[in-house]
Amino acid sequence: MLRRHPLVSSLHGMVSVLLPVVLALAVGAVLLLALGKDPLAYYGYVVKRGLLSPTGLEASLTRTAPLLLIAAGLIVAFRSGLWNLGVDGQLLLAAVVTAALAPVLADRMPSLLMVAVCFAVAMAVGAAWSLIPALLKAQFGVNEIISTLMMSFLGVSFANVLIKIPFNDPLTTVPQTATLAVEDRLMRLADTTIHWGVLLALAVVIAVHHAMTMTALGMRLQIVGANMRTAVHAGLRLRLLVVVAFAISAGLAGLAGAVDVLGVHGTIRADWNPAYGIVVIPLVFLARFNGYAVIAFVFVFAVLVIGGESAARRLDVPTYFVLVLVGLVMLFLAVTEFLDHRRRQTARN
Amino acid sequence: MEPDPVGAPDGDAALTLHDITRRFPGVLANDRVSLSFRRGEIHALLGENGAGKSTLIGIVSGMVRPDSGSIEVAGRPVRITSPSAALRLGIGTVYQHVLLVPSLSVLENLMLGNPWWRTLDRAATSERFADLAELLSVRLSPDAPVGRLSLGEQQQVEIMRALWHGELVLFLDEPTSMLTPQGVEDLGVVMRRLRDHGVAIVFITHKLKEASDLADRISVLRQGRVVGEVTPGELSTMSPDAIIERVVAMMFGDDGKAGDLRATLVGDAAAPQSRQSAEAGVEPLLVLRGGRTAGQRGECALDGTDLEVRPGEIMGVAGVDGNGQKHLAEVLAGQRMMTTGSISLAGRDIGHLGVAGRRRLGVRYITDERLGEGTAPRHSLAINLVIKEIGSPQFWKGGITLWRRIHDHARNLIRTYSIVAPSERAPLAGLSGGNIQKVLLAREWTGDARLLVVSKPTYGLDLQNTRRARDWIKSIRGNRDTAIVVISNELEELIDVSHRIAVMERGRIAGIVKNRSGARTAIGRLMAGVGAA
Repeated sequence: MLRRHPLVSSLHGMVSVLLPVVLALAVGAVLLLALGKDPLAYYGYVVKRGLLSPTGLEASLTRTAPLLLIAAGLIVAFRSGLWNLGVDGQLLLAAVVTAALAPVLADRMPSLLMVAVCFAVAMAVGAAWSLIPALLKAQFGVNEIISTLMMSFLGVSFANVLIKIPFNDPLTTVPQTATLAVEDRLMRLADTTIHWGVLLALAVVIAVHHAMTMTALGMRLQIVGANMRTAVHAGLRLRLLVVVAFAISAGLAGLAGAVDVLGVHGTIRADWNPAYGIVVIPLVFLARFNGYAVIAFVFVFAVLVIGGESAARRLDVPTYFVLVLVGLVMLFLAVTEFLDHRRRQTARN
Repeated sequence: MEPDPVGAPDGDAALTLHDITRRFPGVLANDRVSLSFRRGEIHALLGENGAGKSTLIGIVSGMVRPDSGSIEVAGRPVRITSPSAALRLGIGTVYQHVLLVPSLSVLENLMLGNPWWRTLDRAATSERFADLAELLSVRLSPDAPVGRLSLGEQQQVEIMRALWHGELVLFLDEPTSMLTPQGVEDLGVVMRRLRDHGVAIVFITHKLKEASDLADRISVLRQGRVVGEVTPGELSTMSPDAIIERVVAMMFGDDGKAGDLRATLVGDAAAPQSRQSAEAGVEPLLVLRGGRTAGQRGECALDGTDLEVRPGEIMGVAGVDGNGQKHLAEVLAGQRMMTTGSISLAGRDIGHLGVAGRRRLGVRYITDERLGEGTAPRHSLAINLVIKEIGSPQFWKGGITLWRRIHDHARNLIRTYSIVAPSERAPLAGLSGGNIQKVLLAREWTGDARLLVVSKPTYGLDLQNTRRARDWIKSIRGNRDTAIVVISNELEELIDVSHRIAVMERGRIAGIVKNRSGARTAIGRLMAGVGAA
């Protein structure tokens, strides 16, 4: 087989990622035209409001924090070949527990300790919610795609029960948890609205990315992800590793919930469900489980969401149009991947 | 059945093959095979693994095209271009493994071959089902989900599917391998009924006993060629023993010495213990006693397996695939736990240890599923060389991977084993089969090996790599610290490398034969299920 120059192959990699994005924007433009909207105005607002205005950029960066933490967990799970699609339930339960716990702890301990305790509890709650699918998978090979999704629905509903009954703040009319005072929330960076959870999330993604290739645990998980039968053959403790991978993945989803509550919301209202997981999953695929690529994609997505909200209001386009764009990117990614694969096969023959 | 040969008398050729030749890279799978299958006759086709039976089935069922030769169906020349063409010609095949959809009902499975645009015609289907059920004299509920049926019943559904478009020729590929003794008997009844109805039945098997019980005519394939035939006239006059002697000689190519060989076999198989103890009083290194495992459906588990291997000895394990060899290898390696039985290495009980624990004691296992379980093909060659050592202080420090050491280690092994690879970082999947095999040898054959289990060492390799792998096994023979178990379904290979050869049958060791002249026939008899009895 011919060996290509590294520059050529890295260019090739860039094109194979950028091409779907460009195609998706083009088709999105056609859709906008069909809706009678000006695509250039829409994309213009997205860029202006999500990226170029200071408040927009701050909001975009702030939004990356929970997305990056979820993505970090998904990198671990997906590279271990485990499809943890239940991150939304894991996140929401951890977020609700954090929201209930933080105001209570804030009165009793220094702020930093409160944050540390909340993070630990949130990770434990997230991890605990993945235990049933993990054990079912490890012990009986039950398909985790189904079991994590089902547990996610249960988790979302259970979170609502918690908000409405035990954790309900009696002082408010709508069911919601007690509100964490603004000064007790995660510290802001300089005089921006960005909290330090964003830095934490960045660090976690990078740490996870390298841990998968630089540590014994990472290699064990990757072998599990390559082929479970190979893992058994190699004498790895498959059941334990499956549970560990799930726990890390769901624990980080829980941490994402805690960061979002402690950094932004301070409280959770009943029926609040940001459904971050459903958008982060395709992004992690798009990035091919690479941590640095995930950071780039999550940032672009956050800009799209924040800018898209603003553009949607101004141009009267549904807010969900952003998801249409993400969907189109995924579609074109799959198509270019397929064509590329076929081209390479014909080239080989 | 399409071309109805007018006035064709019973016993006329339904399917005739003329000089069929098919070559695969490095193998001549069928070499000018000429055979004629007659109506109303059960024709047994015998041969070892690799004799060319599967290729022949592929050709008549439209899966494989012959390189040369011609085929006649009921006297007319035809070309069988696809499986559906074969079915339309009235040639049905029942494969060794059940190919039905377990969640669908019997009737739905039978309707699967219909073109997609046609609506499911239940009435017509039910009618044909009733006809065939009567012809086969089987009781099956058409609405039962196939997954609930016994394997014997599933096979009856397969036979129906094969006969659905006509009842000219029915190929049965190793039909008894999955069946209980009762199931084998029932199948015999069905086969005879079909024969009496005028179907040409081709019964492909390893098991000599079944062939001589059921068949009206026996043909033997060896190395892609038809090497002999026993005609109906001969079958009716010869004694069962004489038939067996004759066919064994044809199958295994060792002729004229059968009587002498039988004595060798009986002596060895009846008293393997005594022969062992006579062997200079060397204590066996590996002792497996009464090994039993729990198998999944369709798997052959161990059913009281005993095996002893002395240090420096290569014990070959022969047998038709699916007689428990896989479980035996996994039990030795620690990948599968026994339900009962004991296993010890150098006097130490290792039954409770898993793969990692046994590896530390020197147990090594080279699997035949090199890509399916032996390696992580998309990961680098270097990673694949250490996946059984992850976390060891040699390559990891405080959990951190020492990539330089791993890559150095890989480069050393690449040199030592002359592995051809672009680099130690290249994905393993890009290597050729022979080089992947070398990776496994390099990974498993480390200095402290005490028990090496090698499963089908040359499976899927070309001739040159086959020779290399065998030479390598021979080169480690006689290593005083190590017991070696080589599992293979290629008898030639075992005869080439082993000191003794055990034959597995239905999860047990049917007999152990010392590898000396005449072993081939003795093993052949054990494999063919005629044993030492």
